[in-house]
Amino acid sequence: MTSITIQPQHKDKIVAQQQALQDPNWVRWGLIFIALSFITLFICGPLFLVIYQALSKGLTAYWTALSEPDTLSAIKLSFFVALVTVPLNTVFGVTAAWAITRFDFKGKSLLTTLIDLPFSVSPVISGLIFVLLFGAQGWFGEWLVEHDIKIIFAVPGIILATLFITFPFVARQLIPLMQEMGNQEEEAALSLGASGWKAFWAVTIPNIKWALLYGVLLCNARAMGEFGAVSVVSGHIRGMTNTLPLHVEVSYNDYDVVGAFASASILAALAIVTLILKTILEWKQAKR
Amino acid sequence: MSQSSVMPGFRPTIGFTLIYLGLVVLIPLSTLVFKSFALTLDDYVHIITNKRVLSSFRVSFSSALIAASIASVFGFITAWVLVRYSFLGKNIFHALIDLPFALPTAVAGIVLATIFQPSGFLGKLLLDTFGIQVAFKPMGIVVALIFISIPFVVRTVEPVLLEFEASMEEAGASLGATRLQVFTKIIFPNIFPALLTGFALAFARGVGEYGSVIFIAGNIPYISEIVPLLIVTKLEQFDIEGATAIALTMLVISFLLLLLINLLQLWVRKRSGQL
Amino acid sequence: MNNIYTIFVAAVLAVLASSNVQAADVQILNVSNDPTRELFKEINPVFAKNWKAKTGDTVTINQSHAGSGKQARSVIEGLEADVVTLALAYDVDQLYQKRKLIPEKWQTLLPHNSSPYLSTMVFLVRKGNPLGVKDWDDLVKPGVSIVTPNPKTSGGARWNFLAAWGYALKHNNNDEAAAKVFVNKLFKNAAVLDTGARGSTTSFVEREIGDVLITWENEGHLVLREFGADKFEIVTPSLSILAEPPVAVVEDYARKHGTTEVATEYLTFLYSKEAQEIIGKNFYRPVDKDIAAKYAKQFKPLELINIAQFGGWEAAQKKFFADEGVFDEIYGPGK
Repeated sequence: MTSITIQPQHKDKIVAQQQALQDPNWVRWGLIFIALSFITLFICGPLFLVIYQALSKGLTAYWTALSEPDTLSAIKLSFFVALVTVPLNTVFGVTAAWAITRFDFKGKSLLTTLIDLPFSVSPVISGLIFVLLFGAQGWFGEWLVEHDIKIIFAVPGIILATLFITFPFVARQLIPLMQEMGNQEEEAALSLGASGWKAFWAVTIPNIKWALLYGVLLCNARAMGEFGAVSVVSGHIRGMTNTLPLHVEVSYNDYDVVGAFASASILAALAIVTLILKTILEWKQAKR
Repeated sequence: MSQSSVMPGFRPTIGFTLIYLGLVVLIPLSTLVFKSFALTLDDYVHIITNKRVLSSFRVSFSSALIAASIASVFGFITAWVLVRYSFLGKNIFHALIDLPFALPTAVAGIVLATIFQPSGFLGKLLLDTFGIQVAFKPMGIVVALIFISIPFVVRTVEPVLLEFEASMEEAGASLGATRLQVFTKIIFPNIFPALLTGFALAFARGVGEYGSVIFIAGNIPYISEIVPLLIVTKLEQFDIEGATAIALTMLVISFLLLLLINLLQLWVRKRSGQL
Repeated sequence: MNNIYTIFVAAVLAVLASSNVQAADVQILNVSNDPTRELFKEINPVFAKNWKAKTGDTVTINQSHAGSGKQARSVIEGLEADVVTLALAYDVDQLYQKRKLIPEKWQTLLPHNSSPYLSTMVFLVRKGNPLGVKDWDDLVKPGVSIVTPNPKTSGGARWNFLAAWGYALKHNNNDEAAAKVFVNKLFKNAAVLDTGARGSTTSFVEREIGDVLITWENEGHLVLREFGADKFEIVTPSLSILAEPPVAVVEDYARKHGTTEVATEYLTFLYSKEAQEIIGKNFYRPVDKDIAAKYAKQFKPLELINIAQFGGWEAAQKKFFADEGVFDEIYGPGK
């Protein structure tokens, strides 16, 4: 902003121009103050409270709460669900971004909108639709009961609901980036005789890898943190179908404040690690 | 469908995209539509125009509107500060913006209720100084939704601000504009579409939010009862038709909102492409 | 790349394998409402011990707790509970009405209308009872702020509502119009309507909302135990309703799991002296006469009406809680 080439002009004019390019100090500090207060109030406050409550009875109580069998099984389930959903949605995200950004076709806007849809569907509805589909009174209900296949109120139902919720994350991250990049680089590789597959691995992936990783990280955080939709399809069986966020609610309702916030702190820690990784990724990207 | 480039892989990628989209999103969502066919139009209208349902729509939409507006103002300032200024600890603040994405909504609800309850740290302050009770009043919904909305606004405005050409500001400055004029005439109009997109995203998300809101809202019919809560209530009364009718209405609204956002972005891209 | 796949597959297998470890022994699932968490936490290990001594099998009882209506709906939609222990008969009845998962006459299969423990609805106030709340008519005074769950979603709240209704009828010569005015005023004083009983307790106790919490008697005592008798006190009104939380074996699912015997035995066990003691200790009212007498002194005497006076749950549900019923009238717009 300050790199204005100085020409033999009138001094006052330069000062006026510089003033027009820079915010006055009071504005600058005022805005920083407002932004920081806002972030502190709405983001640091809640984060601090989670950590404070989790440690309110000391580290030992914190550790005991985390090593309870129900907590451990909730942690395990949440990781398992993320392990299944994130790779699937990553593959989808890359494929969809390729199709949308590398080709022109009718209904592209509609397709993008449909991909975004799970973002703005109420979590309650995301759960409800799977009950309508796989519940005993749902579409496939009778068939599932006959064949003794459990989807809802079991792990598959949780996975499906999570897939739905985290569906757009990777695609959304990649589409704007790949749109902006254009396809000249891939075209160059292709004209040099590379196969499409090779061009993708050697040209596209290196270009999008940081955005891709960030999308994966966000997708993962959301997969482990989803509450509303999973709550509808889980059945809340302790030690079996309670994911980490559900376990937080259960512990909280059991008057086990330390337990609740200890579990929440894992999710908060996960979020923070995600965010730190992301900052590092962005920094690396900027360096390139 | 027309293929305009020499790029390979259109058929397999679009094929996989559509199949996966169909399996994971469209088929599940279509149950709402088909389930609603069981209702006659009269039934549907009767359910939707019930006073309590209408007022919950009013509560959800007005809170989401207020929250998205507040988040837009502060989110814009935050994005501005993060992009334009440098100060100590900026990276940390920058990293924290996405926290609401990652923190489970239930945890957010519990924590915000603890902070804003009448005896809580901020709740007490607000109650004593201004006589305002936040938690368990309609205001509580707004607070929860602001929390949810922050990353949407900041993350949509930020990239646009980053790429904003300094040359445009310089041009304005060399023509003798003041800082305020540069901002209102040059910077803001260019950022505005992105801000509007962020606002719309936050609004769409806010209308459907459930987990964080029920812990802080008070849930009183006609005052602080949100639409998703009403869907849950209907379900728990074994009234699946009623729940489906309301859910379908919400789905259509969010779809239209998103479509609007995407068209808006398309329009902005086209316009900036011409510039 | 291959390494990643190997790790992924191994991890998936490990998780699948670990979830199968306990499958060698019997497992049953008890799907219950909110305020019974502590009760079953204490009863389950005792039953498991007895069952092991009797049959040599290890039984694990898995618990699921949430609002009564939500739980009933989950079981109907396919949550394969072997037994349900819910807040009110109406919710259990839906298992028959919607999917015939239980026999029609399920309530006659176990003693005392299939309710092994009883309770009633009382008030919880802050220490010293600053507003001097003694009875239901103190709750409808202007400026008194009450906390109760929403009768639409919570079984306990429906008991609350009916208790208030019963009190109003009694003091207004059975005039229903006057009773409507009474409950109208009562619910207009509600500061927050949570979806379940436990949520209401949290609002009142931890969020410090409201002057009076209307809740299960056992829940009130539990609060005194968890948060200290120096912070809250229980006020027993002159009249309340006898809450009969019913239990039932979900025969359809139990047959499928081959757990009918252990599930039936589990519910029968709830009536044993041993279990009734635990029930008394957890501030539920035992149905066993001797044990009830032993724990009688922890409950203040009061006049109890019961659901039969409302013509049973089916009728009460339809009249009061269905859409456009009495409860919806209370919250009519602009009232």
